[in-house]
Amino acid sequence: MAKLPIYGLMAEFDSPEALLEAARRAFAAGFRKIDAYSPFPVDGLAEAIGFHHTRVPLIVLIGGIIGCLGGFYLQYWVAVIDYPINIGGRPFNSWPSFIPVTFELTILIASLFAFFGVLALNRLPMPYHPVFNVERFQLASRNRFFLCIEAVDRNFEPERTRRFLDEIGSLGTYEVES
Amino acid sequence: MSNGMDPAGLLGIGQQSAGGREYWRSLEELAGTEAFKDLIGNHLPRHAAAFTSAMDRREFLTLMGASLALAGISGCLSPAPAPPDEKIVPYVNQPEALVPGKPLYFATAIPVEGYGRGVLVESHMGRPTKVEGNPQHPASLGATDAVTQASVLELYDPDRSRVITNAGRVATWDAFFSALNVELESQRVTQGAGLRILTETVTSPTLAAQLQEILRIFPKAKWHQFDGGGGDYAHQGARMAFGQPFETLYRLEEADVIVSLDADFLLRSPASLRYAREFINRRRIPGGSDEANRLYMIESTFSLTGSNADHRLAIAPSAIPQLARTLAARVSVQISAEQPAISPAQEKWLGALVKDLQAHRGRSAIMPGEYQPAIVHALAHAMNDALGNIGKTVFYTDPVAVNPTNHAESFRELVRDLEENAAQVLIILGGNPAYTAPAELDFAGHLVTSNFNVHLSLYEDETSAVCHWHIPQAHYLESWSDVRAYDGTVTIMQPLIAPLYGGRTAHEILAAVAGQAERASYEIVHDYWRGQNKAKNFDAAWRTALHDGFIAGSALSPRNVKAKPATSFETSEPKRASSGAATKNPPSLEVIYRPDPSIIDGRFANNGWLQELPKPLTKLTWDNAVLMSPATATRLGLTYRVGGSGGEHGTIYADVVELEYDGRRTRGPAWIVAGHADDCVTIHLGYGRRRAGRVGTNLGFNANILRTLDTLWHGASIAVRKTGAQYALACTQFHHLMEGRDLVRAGTIEQYRKNPKFLIERESEKEAPGTLYPGYKYDGYAWGMSIDVNACIGCNACVAACHAENNGPVVGKQEVLRGREMHWIRIDRYHRGEPNNPETYHQPVPCMQCENAPCELVCPVGATTHSQDGLNDMVYNRCVGTRYCSNNCPYKVRRFNFFLYSDFKTESLKPLRNPDVTVRSRGVMEKCTYCVQRINQAKIAAEKEDRVVRDGEIEPACQQACPTRAIIFGNINDPQSRVTQLKTQPLSYGLLTELNTRPRTTYQAKLRNPNPEIENG
Amino acid sequence: MASKPSDPGGDALPLLEPGHTFGSITDKISSIVLTGRTPLFWYISFGIGFTLVLVLLFCITALVSVGVGLFGVMIPVAWGFAIVNFVWWIGIGHAGTLISAILLLLRQKWRQSINRFAEAMTLFAVACAGIFPLIHLGRPWFFYWLFPYPSTMGVQPQFRSPLVWDVFAVSTYFTVSLLFWFLGLIPDLATLRDRATRRMPRFIYGMLAMGWRGSAIHWHRYEMAYLLLAGLATPLVVSVHTVVSFDFAVALVPGWHSTIFPPYFVAGAIYSGFAMVLTIAIPLRRLYGLEDFITLRHLKNMAIVMLATGMIVAYGYLMETFMAWYSGDLFEKYMMMNRMFGPYGWMYWILILFNILIPQALWIRRLQTKPWVLFLIAIAVNIGMWLERYVIVVVSLHRDFMPSAWGMYSGTVFDYGVLVGTIGLFVALLFLFIRLLPMISIFEMRELVHEEEGRSQ
Repeated sequence: MAKLPIYGLMAEFDSPEALLEAARRAFAAGFRKIDAYSPFPVDGLAEAIGFHHTRVPLIVLIGGIIGCLGGFYLQYWVAVIDYPINIGGRPFNSWPSFIPVTFELTILIASLFAFFGVLALNRLPMPYHPVFNVERFQLASRNRFFLCIEAVDRNFEPERTRRFLDEIGSLGTYEVES
Repeated sequence: MSNGMDPAGLLGIGQQSAGGREYWRSLEELAGTEAFKDLIGNHLPRHAAAFTSAMDRREFLTLMGASLALAGISGCLSPAPAPPDEKIVPYVNQPEALVPGKPLYFATAIPVEGYGRGVLVESHMGRPTKVEGNPQHPASLGATDAVTQASVLELYDPDRSRVITNAGRVATWDAFFSALNVELESQRVTQGAGLRILTETVTSPTLAAQLQEILRIFPKAKWHQFDGGGGDYAHQGARMAFGQPFETLYRLEEADVIVSLDADFLLRSPASLRYAREFINRRRIPGGSDEANRLYMIESTFSLTGSNADHRLAIAPSAIPQLARTLAARVSVQISAEQPAISPAQEKWLGALVKDLQAHRGRSAIMPGEYQPAIVHALAHAMNDALGNIGKTVFYTDPVAVNPTNHAESFRELVRDLEENAAQVLIILGGNPAYTAPAELDFAGHLVTSNFNVHLSLYEDETSAVCHWHIPQAHYLESWSDVRAYDGTVTIMQPLIAPLYGGRTAHEILAAVAGQAERASYEIVHDYWRGQNKAKNFDAAWRTALHDGFIAGSALSPRNVKAKPATSFETSEPKRASSGAATKNPPSLEVIYRPDPSIIDGRFANNGWLQELPKPLTKLTWDNAVLMSPATATRLGLTYRVGGSGGEHGTIYADVVELEYDGRRTRGPAWIVAGHADDCVTIHLGYGRRRAGRVGTNLGFNANILRTLDTLWHGASIAVRKTGAQYALACTQFHHLMEGRDLVRAGTIEQYRKNPKFLIERESEKEAPGTLYPGYKYDGYAWGMSIDVNACIGCNACVAACHAENNGPVVGKQEVLRGREMHWIRIDRYHRGEPNNPETYHQPVPCMQCENAPCELVCPVGATTHSQDGLNDMVYNRCVGTRYCSNNCPYKVRRFNFFLYSDFKTESLKPLRNPDVTVRSRGVMEKCTYCVQRINQAKIAAEKEDRVVRDGEIEPACQQACPTRAIIFGNINDPQSRVTQLKTQPLSYGLLTELNTRPRTTYQAKLRNPNPEIENG
Repeated sequence: MASKPSDPGGDALPLLEPGHTFGSITDKISSIVLTGRTPLFWYISFGIGFTLVLVLLFCITALVSVGVGLFGVMIPVAWGFAIVNFVWWIGIGHAGTLISAILLLLRQKWRQSINRFAEAMTLFAVACAGIFPLIHLGRPWFFYWLFPYPSTMGVQPQFRSPLVWDVFAVSTYFTVSLLFWFLGLIPDLATLRDRATRRMPRFIYGMLAMGWRGSAIHWHRYEMAYLLLAGLATPLVVSVHTVVSFDFAVALVPGWHSTIFPPYFVAGAIYSGFAMVLTIAIPLRRLYGLEDFITLRHLKNMAIVMLATGMIVAYGYLMETFMAWYSGDLFEKYMMMNRMFGPYGWMYWILILFNILIPQALWIRRLQTKPWVLFLIAIAVNIGMWLERYVIVVVSLHRDFMPSAWGMYSGTVFDYGVLVGTIGLFVALLFLFIRLLPMISIFEMRELVHEEEGRSQ
């Protein structure tokens, strides 16, 4: 996209409720490229800025299925196809004995998918991000709550947006350099 | 000789004498060099014994190998007159058939305490690796005992003496012979008045001839005999009864009732292997008749034979002659002496016994023990005569031993001569009198008086240390010689390998004494027999004799004898030590000395295999102990403590007692033996060696300190004091109760006659436990084994054979204390009944080769799996050592290399290994494989000939060694095979089958044949 | 701010002492890590732990170079201390994941101040446990043969063996616990990044935080993933000790071959796990003055969980005994008699005392909130559970089917060395963690504050 002078405008709040309210009004005002930052998860905040469902569960499900089928086939292949050996008179395909490993692999792969899935979706790791340029932002991991309207939003217009933020109770509004 | 490729040459035999001489010449040269002096100097200032152990073996053997090779070359090239080409004759294949990797078998004989046993020695590329029995030899019948199996380890023992020493300094053969000649010259003047030769029991015709020759040259010289292990009461007894020292032979297959007066004929007899076979052949139920012989045992200590008896009477040794007398009187032998009253219990016992004997006249045998006084032997002969057994079950021949004499007297005389300085030149051929002789004589002390004495022996032992000269002896597997078996059958012994350490045989030394130092034993033996042989083609006869392993028809023929009336001798009291009347405090007991079941009189003390072999009844290893009955132990306040680590199967702390006899003292651990007679203790000889070698030195305690010539085997009133100290004994099976589990199923023949299946009608057999899994199909071979508990006498031969065949490691006492011994087959010993006279069962337990092997299921890496023909294979290379398989093995037959047990360093042990079996390394599990290497060899051979493996073609080491054929291996898919036949017998049962392991190894239940009168009384 | 009846076990004890704000909590917890000076007791505790680690290293070196024979193991007792310790540590490792996962699913708010170091404890315990199967091998350098990999030998693990199940269960458990723990740490790492004053810590925490900035959308996905991981970890935590119990239950050794093992092992694991959490939490809250966050309420709840699981374990013992009698099986009966009255009988009775009798004191409500009483009981349970594993592993093996092969076992100095060594490793790791990472989840505490405020308004 075209290089913009700034990344966006950031408003500071002192309580989750205030942030939630502000986020709702910003969304209502037609802003779409907005994001809210809080030191702990706040119920309904994501929905407030128009983010409704995530694909994390699907990813985990896929991981689980891969782990389960792959796990059993690994054992079946080893015991029946690759090198069948008579072990204590048991049949090559002693499927009851294969259940524990199948189960463990299901969990393992699913968990790996969950962990790395969420990192990927969140585009993490990302050591640099413009919002960090705001001095006060480091309080976002302590006790302050921030709402950021990004410059790429089609309704974004520096002065008017700044005024809008002040109206919805920002304790302080800062420019986010890109 | 131009046959560089001659297998004999390969065997290193062809140039034996040349090789020997060449080799020693090279060492003489060496001995001259500074380097060699330094070598000795550095390694040890003065002590030659240390020299043997400290010398760099690698260097030594390379040197030797090189010189032998040189000898070969010189033999081929040297214009000098070639030495006689000594051909040894393989048993089956001709030398031409020598294929690298395929063993050859040679027939020879092992002399144990003078008497020979025919053996076949397996030789890999000139390395003897295993000793088997010679099926055609009367004293072997194809079987071996533990000692025979372990003798091959003795051959390669790195501690064997390697050099001639003079007063502890290394010398040379030339030096020795010149020194000897000087002495002999001076003796010639006095017709050898000062010449003494001391041997053990001699049965070798050649040696006998040589001795005669020497006595002819030196008329005044004397030949003494002293045999540490054996006694000579038997000959004295025969003299009493017949006026001549006849040899007594038994034909036990003909005997329905056997009464043993302390005769341990299943273990301690030159004919034990044969007697065991004959004894058991009459007890094989089922298969043959449901009639069995019945063995009555009267003894003091608990012997192996006693443990196999149907009835046992344990009484103090002093009471045995008395009881013999009473018994004799009951079987109508003329006895003048009045009969002392005996206890009602004994009365009843004896009554039943006598009735049994009377009912089986001519089909019974009374066997006197070789350590019983002459009178007992004489009475036994009289009884056999009275019962008409002579000529039916009992036979007499001329003595097998040359010139049987009273060893005790003979030795006493020698010591007296030494004292009076009458014996100036003493030549000791073998034996170790300085250790085995009773300490009271102080033989070692007296030796110094003589001005020249020499000791020929395998080891630099206690005797060598006190002799002027020690000269290394050639092992029997390195020697040309000959020997007679118990029945006189002669075997010409042929060497399997050139002397590793340049030892010489007794023949060569005696030849030197007779002034023919240059004669090699091959010449000597060969020429002697050429002289004996009147037939045309001697060479053919010679070949046959070597090939067969014995001279056909050389057995001594039975003599018709008539016993003198018993009244002529039965009053003569046996000599008894009159030392000190029995005092109460400290409690004074009778003492019984016996050779150790494993190492005999100590001659095998340095043999790790034998030391680690659990002794048949006590299951002790690495030690001897003071054996006594529970009651006696209680009386003396003696007890034991099970060790916290390895206890029950490993460490037992036993109370140490101090023994005092005639003021001489020693201490040893007390061991409680169920079934031992009260108020007497048994001590096994052979321990407390001080110069046995790195294995056998300072193990146990030396009983010879207490012994006297008058009380070689039994002594009255030995004082036993509790010291309060405790000593850790390594016992591989302490728990001797079955805890109500039917591991060994036993009953009586009576019950069997009523209902043959009486032992196997149990739930687990009635319906096989169901399974979700379809069983495996084993088409083709399906190997299985059947072990007859009824036939097992517990002699340990199988254990030793297994160890030898499968390169088993020796772990040492410390590890046995922890319960880590490595025997793939063990003999479990259980007692039943009251502790003073229990029934005893021996049960060999190898791997059961379960079809549903629990061990395989739990191995995480598949290191133990099943083979096509149903073997439970162990893949050493794959094993990571979780030991889960051992935990899950209900039979606990798996063994683990907790450390690096196998000796990969000692050079001289490398040729010993069986090349067909992996030498296991550290951290892997191992176990019985049914001798899979033998199975595969047989399968390959069969495939080449496009046939199936014949029944009996494969014999695992344990089966091959077993004297009683208690172990039968074969293909259970073949309905005709013996093993299948046995498994269908009504007495066949599996071990712990309720676990659904489906073991391939099954057992035949034990059947006793008690006398109802005694049993139901 | 009295807690509401909605609270489980609803009573007057608060989850969080009053008067805390987002800021105060954040500062309090992060200061433990970010403060320049380290308290003396930290040096002492870590020092002790580290010394024992050296002992551990020595023993392992000796074992690998000389042989596993340095342990007391023999035939018939081929498994000894190593396996006992393994099971013991794995059991301890159960509380962490259980607290964070299962209590999360059950929406138990009281987990929040203890889950972080409980999880850390899990990781360290499993790490200690993992050492044993390795070093007790005859040939440890081939341990990797238990994993499937493209092997030139063409041989793969034997998947019917419970030991292979173990390998998969334990490694999975460790991995998942690690992910779970690290995922929970990310927001707090961001806090530390932002609060760190010096450059290096700022950089390191920054890297570890991976640029977390608390975006609402991230939080949304994050919570979903965290919940799912909890959902996965829950059956996993149950499966792990089940699989461990299979090591024994699958074998046919009397005293091992028992169907009650899985539930009874899991209960035992939770039991010992909570005991260990208490053993650690009680001193820590005192030393670091965290009584405000780890309140008596937490201790009380854990005490109750211990009591409950303890009763399940007791039921397990009872059932084993009953079954031995009821089955009428000769070997089972003998095993049980031997366990109670045999050479190792004293151990059995001590474990009954420590695991069953002493914890009954927890019925008394007053004692549930007496930290030092709880501490002592927890110690007793730790010892008792170790003895239980010893009795199961060793005493069952030393007298099984064939009396001829019976034997006695006892640990050698190396057995003890490795045991104390791993305890040292555990302590050392724990104190490193306390020094370098927030031992209480800061963001979850903030949530807690928020909710408490919500209630009080």
